[in-house]
Amino acid sequence: MKKAYADLHLRANISDESQVSRLINKASTFGYSLVSVPLSPWTPERQLQQVQRVCDEAAVDFASRVDLKPHTPEELLKDVRKLRRRFELVAVMCESKVVARQAAKDRRVDLLNFPQPDFRRSFFDSAEAELASSCLASLEVDMRPLLTQEGAARARLLSLLRREVQTAKEFHVPIVLSSGVSEELLIRRPLDLAALSFLLGLNKNAATEAVSQNPMAIVRRNREKLSPRFIAPGIRVTRRGNDC
Amino acid sequence: METIWETISELYGEYGASQTSLSLISFDDKNKNAVLRTGHTTVDIVRTTLASITRIRDKPAAVHVLTVSGTLKALHKSLRQ
Repeated sequence: MKKAYADLHLRANISDESQVSRLINKASTFGYSLVSVPLSPWTPERQLQQVQRVCDEAAVDFASRVDLKPHTPEELLKDVRKLRRRFELVAVMCESKVVARQAAKDRRVDLLNFPQPDFRRSFFDSAEAELASSCLASLEVDMRPLLTQEGAARARLLSLLRREVQTAKEFHVPIVLSSGVSEELLIRRPLDLAALSFLLGLNKNAATEAVSQNPMAIVRRNREKLSPRFIAPGIRVTRRGNDC
Repeated sequence: METIWETISELYGEYGASQTSLSLISFDDKNKNAVLRTGHTTVDIVRTTLASITRIRDKPAAVHVLTVSGTLKALHKSLRQ
């Protein structure tokens, strides 16, 4: 069976229709079956339908996503409570340790993203990984910084990411590789994206899983949960009516 | 090719670059397709290098791997398909 590849972090500007169209069409040409574009909680329905339409025309599945950037754990809890049922993917941009901890132990959070990698402040440590592994959170690694940085900055970034990936592997936290790009030229084919992750210490199988099985599993799980037929894990309504 | 060698050296050092035995077999200027040869144990290194290229001679660029094959015959057959 042909593998299905997903890019869960295509940072298209929703208000720029042509950019959205170009990025999604490029992703489709490169063989992605599913893409996800971060939306704001206030995105108008019209723009959402427009993105959906572009995806339908490009024969690509679309998963709605919201990126939360809370400053405090309380803010995170409030945002997740409000937004969980409205989006298929909930990602938390962890910019402090306390927020990262809260996100890792919240079963409603799908993706943990650490957008400002500073090798002096690594938030994804073993305690964090242990929390994430007992909940359903995955570690998302955006490949964009690897492409845009060079020299010593890239070496430091690689060192930090290798450490985080190693920690994730030790605690069996699923890893998701995303492009994190908003420019067409920086999109890479799925296997090329997986190849970049060799720099982070992932082997071929783990890298391929990180661009296929892992992201697809998250979307499939959440779609099932958000379905009106869902009752609890493993329990769903199959038939309604008086004669069932 | 200069860009590829520079990028391999940046990522893997001169020692790593020397292990790839990289050479250019052919380049189709019309379609901008190139056929590169490398050692079978260093395919991943070359693939990673090609994926990380973002500029060629100071112009924004991207290099995508279309297919990998063990023989030229199978490669050209795969490209035709």
